[in-house]
Amino acid sequence: MSFELETATVASDNLRRVAIDPVSRVEGHGKVTILLDEHNKVHQVRLHIVEFRGFERFIQGRPYWEVPVMVQRLCGICPVSHHLAASKALDVIVGADRLTPTAEKMRRLMHYGQILQSHALHFFHLSSPDLLFGFDSEVSRRSIVGVAEKYPDIARKGILLRKYGQEVIRHTAGKRVHGTGSVPGGVNKSLSGAERAELLKDAYQMIAWSRDAVRIIKELHEQNPALYDSFGTFPSNFMGMVAPDGSLDLYHGVLRAKDAAGRILFDHVDYQTYDTLITEEVKPWSYMKFPYFTSMGPEQGWYKVGPLARVQNCDSIPTPFAEHERRELVAYAGGKPMHATLGFHWARMIEMLFAAETIKALLHDDDIEGTDLVVTGERRREGVGVIEAPRGTLFHHYQVGDDDLVTMANLIVSTTNNNQAMNSAVREVAKQYLDGKEITEGLLNHIEVAIRAYDPCLSCATHALGKMPLEVTLLDAEGQMLDRKYKS
Amino acid sequence: MTNSFLLDGEEVPFTPGQTVMQAASAAGKYIPHLCWHPDFAAHGSCKLCTVKIGGRFATACTTRAAAGQEVENGTEELIAKRRTLLQLLFVEGNHFCPSCEKSGNCVLQATAYEMGMLSPHFDHFYPDRAVDASHPDVLLDFNRCIMCELCVRASRDVDGKNVFALSGRGAKSHLIVNSESGRLADTDFAATDRAAEVCPVGVILRKRVGFAVPIGQRDYDAKPISQKAVEKLADSEKEAG
Ligand code: SF4
Ligand code: FES
Repeated sequence: MSFELETATVASDNLRRVAIDPVSRVEGHGKVTILLDEHNKVHQVRLHIVEFRGFERFIQGRPYWEVPVMVQRLCGICPVSHHLAASKALDVIVGADRLTPTAEKMRRLMHYGQILQSHALHFFHLSSPDLLFGFDSEVSRRSIVGVAEKYPDIARKGILLRKYGQEVIRHTAGKRVHGTGSVPGGVNKSLSGAERAELLKDAYQMIAWSRDAVRIIKELHEQNPALYDSFGTFPSNFMGMVAPDGSLDLYHGVLRAKDAAGRILFDHVDYQTYDTLITEEVKPWSYMKFPYFTSMGPEQGWYKVGPLARVQNCDSIPTPFAEHERRELVAYAGGKPMHATLGFHWARMIEMLFAAETIKALLHDDDIEGTDLVVTGERRREGVGVIEAPRGTLFHHYQVGDDDLVTMANLIVSTTNNNQAMNSAVREVAKQYLDGKEITEGLLNHIEVAIRAYDPCLSCATHALGKMPLEVTLLDAEGQMLDRKYKS
Repeated sequence: MTNSFLLDGEEVPFTPGQTVMQAASAAGKYIPHLCWHPDFAAHGSCKLCTVKIGGRFATACTTRAAAGQEVENGTEELIAKRRTLLQLLFVEGNHFCPSCEKSGNCVLQATAYEMGMLSPHFDHFYPDRAVDASHPDVLLDFNRCIMCELCVRASRDVDGKNVFALSGRGAKSHLIVNSESGRLADTDFAATDRAAEVCPVGVILRKRVGFAVPIGQRDYDAKPISQKAVEKLADSEKEAG
């Protein structure tokens, strides 16, 4: 007995394991509703992110050591961020207050590999077509294939940067997807001499190409400041993790936030206390929660996370080229924080450069070949793990019973942290580009570009890799639908 | 007549009393199996070892070897049947390979690869099965039980404890723990029992081990089960002297 389509014709290593997997990918989409007032002016704009919910429940009742592997299913672009955030929370549970140098550095290497590949994907594959060809250019050109035709050199570097990041992940996590490298209390492998040599071979090239990438985006800003400075721009607070000395650290540190003018709102906050700092507001019209700083209230206390927040939140970047570029961005902004939505791409490329430089430094450190991998200590019942994921601060919070099963899980993903900010960005764009009572291709494109600056595909929420199905509905003052456009 | 039979056209010797499975394994030939284990009495329940003897289906683990038998094992027909049996097992439980700590050491998964199974094909049952984490050292994740009863046999016949049993009938069958509360903690089960290490899938698990061994360095990562199973048997015989 044999069935049609029973046996796939491809047999790659990745496919093999994932193939026997009952959970189908749940895809969601972004939905924008624009409400006009009686003068046909934009009255209200809402971005509803249809989120894949229920993951927290899925984790409840599972043994804690399974969680860092399991949570990678949350995101198709940055599974490693969830892998590490969960591991960090579980370090607290198993009492691993200080990892071995090998474990800490292997995790950092994995994380910066992740930053590199995700930022390269986000910029080159998903956003550069909009930026290089213009938001209104032909749809058929707006892809990495289009970029490869017109700017072969840029496309090639983008593809190879991403691939290098994926190689770093493969050697540190064990696999390119669904790796198992990070375990509660440490890691399960270090680098072999051969793996280290292989990665070192291209490390300097990646730094050079990352520098080129920063230059590309910087030039785009300088060539068209009117567009780049104003597109979807709105002031807000911002938050991110920094090292205790205030420098940029995407793997570990303390929480810091600044207001729209760049004044410190809080600093040196231990993220174990995040739940006293942040409240997650539920709104009836959206599945996705709206977090805000509790002390400031929902109106004033919302914030941006992600590259633009981080690069401006820190006092310095600990690698020389990236620090130089950070200063350029700060100088361009003119002494006050940059709030431009497209500034995210600039900051993102600075972070990619930081990641490339950090990877090189870690590869030169002999600890990554060490053999002391795991520590444990006094068992605790509760732990929080935070990491600066490619798209922003990511919180994982667990409670674990004495029988080792998870009893409570709470996750705040980057997209949720940016929920209000993304809503504001879409609102600004709708105000700027909605003309009349019709949803034009142009409006749709501009909304898409704004969302993509934060999140290439709403991936944490929707599990869709590189795709961003988007629906825009226009309602008049009476609530009657005037127009609806769908884009997938 | 000499004591040998033909397995896919190759001669396999046997000693009287041996099953086809035992003789084939001793000769270094792999016949897919799940509920059979060299150390325990044959059970004959999973049917994965189904071969054709003289044109008729038979389970290799329960059929005595006989001189002159012609046994088919690696034919496309049999492999397709085994694949279907495996698919049924996959959808009947909650098997979640990418996040299962047994991945790479799991006989069910390795056999599925061996048989070329790439998708579950059928609708999932998604049964609701609770995890028993009551024991301090061992976790029971019934989601993955394939009811091979190896643990039942090991606990009863080797450990002399009778900790596990199968209960219910047909589609309702499931593994239970023999204690009033039904919890493992309330039995005399110990992590050192033979039953603690016999499960071919990821049901009976030593706690807090998880992913200590990286994927890529596990039993069936480097070699397919057809090779590994034969090697394991040879090793255990060497140990036994
Ligand atoms: S627990 Fe494991 S050994 Fe026992 S019946 Fe289930 S699958 Fe077989
Ligand atoms: S191995 Fe023969 S029936 Fe299971």
